Amino acid sequence: MKYEKIYVSVGLNVDTEGEIRPVAIRWRNGKIYEIDKIRQKTCAASLKVGGRGIRYTVMIEGKERYLFNEEGRWFVEGKAVSN
Amino acid sequence: MNRVILHCDMNNFYASVECALNPELKGKPIAVCGDAEERHGIVLAKNYIASGYGIKTAETVFSAKRKCPELVTVRPHFDIYMRYSRLAREIYTRYTPLIEPFGLDECWLDLTGRALNEGEGVALANEIKNTVKRELGLTLSIGVSFNKVFAKLGSDMKKPDAVTLIPQKDFLSVIGGLSASELIGIGGSTGARLNVYGIEIIAELASFSKNMLNQMFGKCGEQIWKYANGLDDSPVTLRDTEAIDKSAGNGITAPCDLENGDEVWKVMLELSEEVGHRLVLYGKRAAGVVIQIKDNALNVKQWQCQLECPTQSAYEIAKRAFRLFSESYSWDKPVRAVTVRAINLVYEGEPSQISMFSSDGEKENQRSEKIDKSLDDIRARFGSDIIKNAAVLENGKIPKEKTPSVLPGGIRK
Repeated sequence: MKYEKIYVSVGLNVDTEGEIRPVAIRWRNGKIYEIDKIRQKTCAASLKVGGRGIRYTVMIEGKERYLFNEEGRWFVEGKAVSN
Repeated sequence: MNRVILHCDMNNFYASVECALNPELKGKPIAVCGDAEERHGIVLAKNYIASGYGIKTAETVFSAKRKCPELVTVRPHFDIYMRYSRLAREIYTRYTPLIEPFGLDECWLDLTGRALNEGEGVALANEIKNTVKRELGLTLSIGVSFNKVFAKLGSDMKKPDAVTLIPQKDFLSVIGGLSASELIGIGGSTGARLNVYGIEIIAELASFSKNMLNQMFGKCGEQIWKYANGLDDSPVTLRDTEAIDKSAGNGITAPCDLENGDEVWKVMLELSEEVGHRLVLYGKRAAGVVIQIKDNALNVKQWQCQLECPTQSAYEIAKRAFRLFSESYSWDKPVRAVTVRAINLVYEGEPSQISMFSSDGEKENQRSEKIDKSLDDIRARFGSDIIKNAAVLENGKIPKEKTPSVLPGGIRK
């Protein structure tokens, strides 16, 4: 399976301490997916698509996904679309 | 209490960062190479797969491709390498504040106090190695020992992704059989001279007469004897990756050969601009100049001289560098690469000896420094291209990317 780095728009909650928390992502077709739960937040490299940053392990529609904050830009590891 | 020193070496750093950014490169022979059109077409770094084809650092891309036609070449991204280097050091700071960088990809860490013995040192080394791998996607080789020299030796013994302990007790049983030239400080020529005296391995060096080594190599002889006997006691000194400002240099490989003095002068003038600016940033003046010239047969020669009075002036440095060049270079071959370096730096406010017979040089120097200061101010306000030396306005023999540029605020790229 090939993967590609997909940059996404992210809805954030910022608390009074300045702590940020992603609450939703907008997919490239415009559809918005709510983040149901953040299971883990850690610094990590993306072994599938390259790069590194703060990695959020999030639950979206019952599935676990990685969401990376790469110095202010957000990306997910998406399955590459074969033409 | 015995020291616990780690030497962390990021394996194939440039090539590994490229693979971490683009996982599709993994499993392929990779070489990070300069631009062939700018005549930097040499291998700067390669991964283990490329090494397996016999590709060497500094070999031409053409030759590397002949050895391995499927070699994937990528352009270097130094800003990204700097970022990864900084990120790795940020990880190290979680374990100790005593970090001494050795280039972008290597660091010594002093864990004495945090690790109470060698075993704890190894456990922490494994933790650091795994953290760097998880957070940055890069592998480390770490040497653990009781001094810096053996820690460095340990990190070279097993690669990649490994931790090697050289214990204090009976260390010669672990490293005694290694080639003496594996020790830091023993280069090719020293190694060859040691071989003449029958010293090939570290155990032989350790048991050799210290006095004889002293006679053969001077101070260095005693130092390498100490290294081999585990007596290196140099501390891990806290500093940033920036080289200690002992010198400020700038060099280029010209896009095409320089054929005469006029062309060399223009290049030296341009290079000295950056050197002078760096001296201002360091708050220092140069008391000497070194030039290094590579001809088009790749022969490298270097000359140096003292300045009459210490200066920050780019023009004064360029003038002295060119005079040195004119006096020394025989023009057997055209010039391919030029480097100008300011040495013997002294602090701006430091008193200096002026000439006993003439103060003209000092006055000229002060005048040049004032002009340079004004030029820097103008560039800081209006941009780098607003004012230039007329001599370099139409100089096609300076690579564009090397042309110094000043950002607003006076910060040069």
